Amino acid sequence: MPIQNLWVIPALPFLGFLINGIFGRKLPKAVINVVALATVILSFAWVVKVYMTAGDLATPVAEHYFTWIRSGQLDVGWDFAVDKLTMIMLFIVTGVGSLIHIYSVGYMAHEEGYYRFFAYLNLFMFFMLTLVLASNYLILFVGWEGVGLCSYLLIGFYIVKHSATTAGNKAFIVNRIGDFGFSLAMFLIVVNFGTLNFTPVFQAAPGKPTETLTAIALLLLVGATGKSAQIPLYVWLPDAMEGPTPVSALIHAATMVTAGVYMIARSAAIFTHAPAAMETVAIIGLATAAFAATIGLAQNDIKKVFAYSTVSQLGYMFLGVGVGAFSAGIWHLMTHAFFKALLFLGAGSVIHACHGEQDMRHMGGLRKHTPITFYTLLCASLAISGIPPFAGFWSKDAILDAAYHHAPWMYWVGAATAGLTAFYVFRALFMTFFGEYRGHAHPHESPFSMGGPLIVLALLSVGGGYAFNVPQILENMFPVTEAPAIPMLLAVSIGVGVLGILLAYYMYVVNTAVPEKITSTFSGLYHLVYNKYFVDEIYDATVVSPVVAGSRSVLWHGVDQGVIDGIVNGVGRESRGFGGVLKLLQSGNIRSYATWVVIGGVALILVMGVVEGVGR
Amino acid sequence: MNLLDLVIAIPGVGFLIALLIPRKQEQAIRIFTLAVSLVTFVASLGLATGYKFGQAGQQFVTNVVWISNPEIHWHVGIDGLSLWLFILSTLLTPISILISWRFVRNQPKEFYAFLVLLEFGLVGVFAAWDLFLFYVFWEIVLVPMYFLIGIWGHDRRIYAALKFFLYTFAGSVLMLVAIIFLYNRAGTFDYAAILSGLQSGKVTLTHGEETFLFLAFFIAFAIKVPIFPLHTWLPDAHVEAPSAGSLMLASVMLKMGTYGLLRFCVPMFPTASHENAPWIVILAIIGIVYGALVAMVQPNMKKLVAYSSVSHLGFVVLGIFSFTQMGFDGAVYQMLNHGISTGALFVLVGFMYERRHSLAIADYGGVATVAPWLSAVFLITTLASIGLPMLNNFVGEFLVLQGTAQANFEWTIFAALGVIFSACYMLWLYQRVFFGQTSDEVKHHMPDFNAREWACVIPLVLMMVWMGIYSQTFLPAVSETNAKILEQSKANTALQVSLPRREPNAGLTLAAGGHIHAH
Repeated sequence: MPIQNLWVIPALPFLGFLINGIFGRKLPKAVINVVALATVILSFAWVVKVYMTAGDLATPVAEHYFTWIRSGQLDVGWDFAVDKLTMIMLFIVTGVGSLIHIYSVGYMAHEEGYYRFFAYLNLFMFFMLTLVLASNYLILFVGWEGVGLCSYLLIGFYIVKHSATTAGNKAFIVNRIGDFGFSLAMFLIVVNFGTLNFTPVFQAAPGKPTETLTAIALLLLVGATGKSAQIPLYVWLPDAMEGPTPVSALIHAATMVTAGVYMIARSAAIFTHAPAAMETVAIIGLATAAFAATIGLAQNDIKKVFAYSTVSQLGYMFLGVGVGAFSAGIWHLMTHAFFKALLFLGAGSVIHACHGEQDMRHMGGLRKHTPITFYTLLCASLAISGIPPFAGFWSKDAILDAAYHHAPWMYWVGAATAGLTAFYVFRALFMTFFGEYRGHAHPHESPFSMGGPLIVLALLSVGGGYAFNVPQILENMFPVTEAPAIPMLLAVSIGVGVLGILLAYYMYVVNTAVPEKITSTFSGLYHLVYNKYFVDEIYDATVVSPVVAGSRSVLWHGVDQGVIDGIVNGVGRESRGFGGVLKLLQSGNIRSYATWVVIGGVALILVMGVVEGVGR
Repeated sequence: MNLLDLVIAIPGVGFLIALLIPRKQEQAIRIFTLAVSLVTFVASLGLATGYKFGQAGQQFVTNVVWISNPEIHWHVGIDGLSLWLFILSTLLTPISILISWRFVRNQPKEFYAFLVLLEFGLVGVFAAWDLFLFYVFWEIVLVPMYFLIGIWGHDRRIYAALKFFLYTFAGSVLMLVAIIFLYNRAGTFDYAAILSGLQSGKVTLTHGEETFLFLAFFIAFAIKVPIFPLHTWLPDAHVEAPSAGSLMLASVMLKMGTYGLLRFCVPMFPTASHENAPWIVILAIIGIVYGALVAMVQPNMKKLVAYSSVSHLGFVVLGIFSFTQMGFDGAVYQMLNHGISTGALFVLVGFMYERRHSLAIADYGGVATVAPWLSAVFLITTLASIGLPMLNNFVGEFLVLQGTAQANFEWTIFAALGVIFSACYMLWLYQRVFFGQTSDEVKHHMPDFNAREWACVIPLVLMMVWMGIYSQTFLPAVSETNAKILEQSKANTALQVSLPRREPNAGLTLAAGGHIHAH
């Protein structure tokens, strides 16, 4: 087997980052485009090359480059490895990533800081690819923190806009809370396993006590809830929509936010031996799926709808891996990457068409103006609603099926959430594309560089689930327990999807007065949901404000300036001798330094005299 | 006279020559001192290339009698603990001169001469193997820094200089007493001789004596570090000091304290070190969290960075008193990291002060729009400072926390909180200064880097990346020496202190760390 030089895959986009980051301000747009796109597409090509030549990948292809940190018993290297799971992730990241880079050329054409955008986007690709190629936890963590950095930079891309940079900070800091858990997990792994390398850790995991594995798994989960926007750390993701729309599609839908799911699936050997942690993963996922879906029902900003939808869909993936259906979780990760990237890119196309408008109440009737966007978005909407044979159907059904065999109530909550999902997505679709246009711009279809990626993603949203049967591909890693298919379950989950679509059609196309009636009848509930259950406000009042206010008044003014400096200044005042020192300094002339040197010399001699005295 | 003697001598002689240059020749003084510091730096690189790996002990040794009665030796040498700190000092001195190039108008001759004298003191501190010689260098450092703050500082410079002096002098006196006591017992100031005497039992200390000596050294070093609650001189000193003073203070002088802890306190007084570790660790953790929280609410950039130093240095102390190989290695690495990244922060804040004449965060905003390169370098430094992987601090923080986890996992939980808070205060700082609308004052007074400024920041940024990605350049030498110190810290205590090692399969309860406690 030839040496694969896996490092080339992330190194190419990193090269793009360096070129555009350092010289971009002086380069013409065409050159920036070529650099940004070529590096990512070549990276995709290298993935294809690895796929063609690396054999069946039943055992991982591992490469060691050089030692990073060696100390005591610990030896961490810059190590990459590819197995089938990584291969799937590589295809998703470089494939969807390439499409979104192409789309961005059109979308960002008139933006300030064009070079900066593509530099960050390339840097993101580098870190994301590092994350999935890592063959030890610390390198995974490099990618993990690095994608967080790029997310921060791209959310706050419009640097003069306060809300954007604040959202960037929020994303970084909330993720840091998750990373706190992730790092503690790594420390425990080293304490208990003596290494961070995947292979030996996973081999030794079954022999370790359950409490150890549970502690590690729960701490990893803390990290995953941050990165993948799960309860209680999901709050950063809706705000992340401040970034340009291609960013929302690539980072905050298709790739980065799925890193938590990938990490849990990667750590399956630990999780499967920690049942309590698995149960926690499943419950958090299910709760997040349902909770976020309800918020999605009431949002009017098209990107906010899809943001909460992402939170919700990530919840499904957590449910999948939590009930032990790791490959189903990854399957949904993949199909979601297709249809959610498409939803966001479509939303971007709509926003582009409406000259920056994001509020769906000022849209409507766009079907006639932007047909490509409409039909591609329709594919994505059907896919997320779980309508066969669209991509989302296969993966969602696999998750719900596994959930049913784990605990039937989980299935029912998940199925009900699927109904909500279909409803809010088609609500958005109908509000945007049906009825009369309610805005003041002159909507127009987007250029081909944007339309092309939409079409490719639409094809994947239609056929990607059936074509790429992830559970089959990953059968060796995650054996699928053959359970008898229950037709009733299938019927129910398709049924609720259809029901949700029909209800949305009735409320937003046929009888548009109904939503208003409902919101006025249940105005309390509506406001609770519309305001996202006031979770941000609660966090602010219970955590952020007390910490800041306490640090200022108690720690700084109280302890530091009050208590400690009070004592120090008291001592200072008492020791009058230093008054003379003070005067010397104020005079600041050379003679005073001479005096100092003399004083110093005398002191030295005195000290030596003392020493001689006591030292015989 | 070997290379090490030469490297120490160059700034010392350079200081004396600088004093002879006529006061009117300002440019000549600048160029001369810069040349001296550059020559020192280049020469010091010879120590790294000539350093023999695989020998944990001191190298480039010179040991000659300096004063015959009492016998004080010019005993200098370099080992893995001091090698990089030594070179850090010689790297940062030319930078400190360069960043002051245009800024210092008042009595420039003394200013630049003092910077070179400071370098002489610093390299001496890291090379000295005779306790008295160490003390002399320690005090030499105090003098130029006192004047740098007191004469070239900002409005409240007198107060800050006095506070700095009061604090550090109090510590120095205690250390001197302890050194004399040791001399009295061992009959020598030679550190190697005292240490081997203590370890072989030729020199014996009662438990009370050891505790007293440990505390005397510890307090002197703790003030320098500074360890909470002895830190309040630092924010004032930093805010009032000129940029060059802040740079050298934060980057190198604070390390004198942590260096002293690891070099002297731990090996000489192992029992007392272990016995007192629990409360020292608690102070270190308080420092990590407290420093970060107080940094978060500072309205002044330099104060913010100063409190962040309290937090970062807490990691170093924590690593040392975890008594693990990784903790030691991480602590030393973190000393270097902090020198590079916090040094860079002070350099950059200094550049901004020269332009806008304010340290108040509120006076900035929108800098990124007008000075993109300044903003980019500040961002990289910020990311290094908050421990982003692939930049230097991450390696140090990771090793410290991992070492701590080997000793006691609960400590790690609290200490790792610092990683969250560091992101808070640095990113909020960055947002307020660099993002947002650009005010007219900022727009007209914030040009991007000039060539001289580039020359100051490029080496620092390169070091952040190098140390972050390829720690193997630096860590092996550090590890070797630390392994030896770790042995020494156990040697005397084998009877009294048992460090329970976890059985591989003994399982984990969060409470069951290898508690470091005697008896």
